Formats: sequence, C-alpha cells, structure tokens
Amino acid sequence: MSDHPDHSHLSDTDLRVRALESLLTDKGLVDPDALDAIVDTYENKVGPRNGARVVARAWVDPDYKQWLLRDGTAAIDSLGYVSTQGADIVVLENTAQVHNLTVCTLCSCYPWAVLGLPPAWYKSFPFRARAVKDPRGVLAEFGQAIAEDVEVRVWDSTAEVRYLVLPERPMGTDGLDEAALVDLVTRNSMIGTDRLDGSIT
Amino acid sequence: MDGIHDMGGMDGFGPIPIEQDEPIFHSPWEGRVWALNTALGAIGNWNVDAGRYLLEQMDPALYLGSSYYQRWLYRTEDILVAHDMVSRAEIETPPELRDTVKQGTPLGIDEVLARRRADRSARVDEDIAAKFTAGEKIRARNIHPKGHTRIPRYVRGKAGVIDRDHGVFIFPDTHAVFAGQKPQHLYSVSFTARAIWGDDASAVDKVYVDMWDDYLEPDLELGLEPDLERGA
Repeated sequence: MSDHPDHSHLSDTDLRVRALESLLTDKGLVDPDALDAIVDTYENKVGPRNGARVVARAWVDPDYKQWLLRDGTAAIDSLGYVSTQGADIVVLENTAQVHNLTVCTLCSCYPWAVLGLPPAWYKSFPFRARAVKDPRGVLAEFGQAIAEDVEVRVWDSTAEVRYLVLPERPMGTDGLDEAALVDLVTRNSMIGTDRLDGSIT
Repeated sequence: MDGIHDMGGMDGFGPIPIEQDEPIFHSPWEGRVWALNTALGAIGNWNVDAGRYLLEQMDPALYLGSSYYQRWLYRTEDILVAHDMVSRAEIETPPELRDTVKQGTPLGIDEVLARRRADRSARVDEDIAAKFTAGEKIRARNIHPKGHTRIPRYVRGKAGVIDRDHGVFIFPDTHAVFAGQKPQHLYSVSFTARAIWGDDASAVDKVYVDMWDDYLEPDLELGLEPDLERGA
C-alpha cells in the first residue's frame, strides 16, 4: 500500500508522473488529449470568477439571494455552472454579526464548480489543523481581525456538501452595477478568509 | 481509522503558507496528476470514498512528507494496483523496458465529462426516515472505526445541535469498501467552540460538521447527571 520511493524531489516526481501517464496511455486506459482538455478546463475555464458572479447577482437581486440561500445547488446551476464534481452546494451568508469560514480537516474538499481548484494554503496542514480550533488566529494570518462579539462559524466539509461564503457587500458600492461588483469579489472572501472591507486578500 | 489525515485541532504545523498570485498548478506534472485522476475516476471502477480511504492508509511519514499532488500520485498508483488495472512491477519498470499490451479504447473528453456530470451527487433518491430534526440536541458518538469514516476525532463524544437536514446521502464508511451505499440522512451539526475546545475558546464561536445518522445519538447528558449527583 505504501510501496512508494522515499523521495520528494520534484524532478523525480515529474519523471514518475510521465512514466505513469505513458503506461496508462499504452494500455489504452487514458487518452492524452482528454488529459490536455481537463487541464485546460481547470486552468482557464473554471475558477473563482464563477463564484464572484454568483455573489454579485445575490448582491443586486434579493429574490436570487433568497433562492441561493435556500437552495444553493439549483440557484448556482441556473447561472450555468454545471459541476463536474459530485456535490451539493450550500451558501452561507456573512452579516455584521456572523462570519463564516470553510475548511476540510480530513482532506481538502472545496467547491470546484464555483471556485475552481483550491489554493495550496487551503490544502495545507496548518490550515486544516487550526481552522476549527483557532479560527480567529487563522483569520489574523490573513489580515482579518474579527470583533469578539462577532460569531465565527467554521464549516468542516466532511461530506459531499460544499460550502460557499456569501460575503457582505462592501460599503460605498451602491453606484456599481453587477459587472463592476463581480470584480470586487475575491476568492478568499468566498472561502471566508477575507471580508472585503479593505483588508488584504 | 484514526489516521494522520484527521488533522482538525492539531498544533505544530507552523504558519499558513499564503502565496500571492498563485498559479493553478505549480508545475505541469501537477496538472497531469489531476487530469489522470479525473479521467481514471470516470472509468467507474472505484468511488470518491474508496479513493479517500486509500489516501488515509498511506504511511504517515510519507503523507506528511509529500505535497498534495504527490499524495494524489501515490494514491492513483495504489488504486490502479488495487483494481488490477496495472501492476506494481509495471509502474516501477522504465518505459523503454516495458512491453505493454493495449487493453482497450480510453474514454474521450466528452465521455469523461458526461460521466462526471451523471455521477454528480452523493444524494440518494430514497424515502428514508430521518432520526433527528433541526434544533434537536444530539451527541456525536464516541466511535473509532478501523476503516474509512468521516467523523473527525475532535468532535467525537461532544454535544451539539442539529442545524439542518441535508437529506439522504450515501454513507461513506460502507461505500469506501464497496459494502453498499447504506443511504441515510446527513445533517449539518453545530457545536459550540467551548463544547469542543473547552472554556479557553471563544464564547460565541461555533463549528459545524456534516454528520450522518450513524454518527449521532440523542444527547443523554441530562438523564445521566442526577445519578452521578446521588453518588452512585
């Protein structure tokens, strides 16, 4: 089961991946063109821009926001972001009293359909270990100070339900249209490590 | 299993490695590993729970010493061997020394994506009664399954409240070993930070964990305390 070489040099890993792909291609188990297309999809087509469009729509359309909070999977599907991932999506609303933070302590579950692939820090051991026990300390590392009376809710993605944070609309954006609002939404604000209040992302 | 993967609450891993302007893949091989997993998964010989279970069984030192996509690579090799799709010897033999026989025609991209979409939810369309309802006080069972499970160690034995019922879902503990879907209700369960981490934790914060019926029991704490007070 753990019969792997005791090394972690990237060049060795690169060679090992090439050898495996070549073996699987020779066996007729994978199609290299399909692999190219999958890489292209996640490098260029699926990403946090999808989630930002969902958030901006919710900011400008109260009916859509209600639907999104009630049935995130359907409301997100309605915008055309059909998932290639087997998961339902639940959307969590940040307010002046509540701040939501998402994590997967057991592996690295993440809402690919709306955020693309997760950043390395989301998959890192310190984030997985500490988000549930010391969320305020974790948020401080992202430059976010949460007031003591604001309730921090940490959502551990232990099942095939994916969580997306709906950040608060920043102050002073009343004059912006939906397209301009999309540009304000950061990936981290939809994970819960950014509050869109002018702090670093 | 009480494995190295169950990291919630551990200390000692240092600061969070936040990277600015991070690429999707840090090296092309990471993308190839990702794509191999997607394409091979679409063949349908295993499921997401079985894949996770193999990762959990990785040698702990290797798990900690490997990057995310390295772990995926090793898991991919393991699962291919476990399902007799390739042999360990084939993996270890340099490509120029191999004499590989083509076994079939691989799935094209359209078929890979179509299958992923068709298999897009772990939700089960069966009318199964829920054991708990939103607002109900529960306790996470103090269980330590030897196999795959999704009940984190940090929450076992703790008292919480059902926040919402997600509906009926595949139960990972059995699904991971191809022993059936055992469909049952899945809930989001809220725990106060203090119930889990003690009185040094914030008085207002909460942790929400997705948990199946088999992980939960009614909260009997109130029924037990009088006995203890009587000095039984």
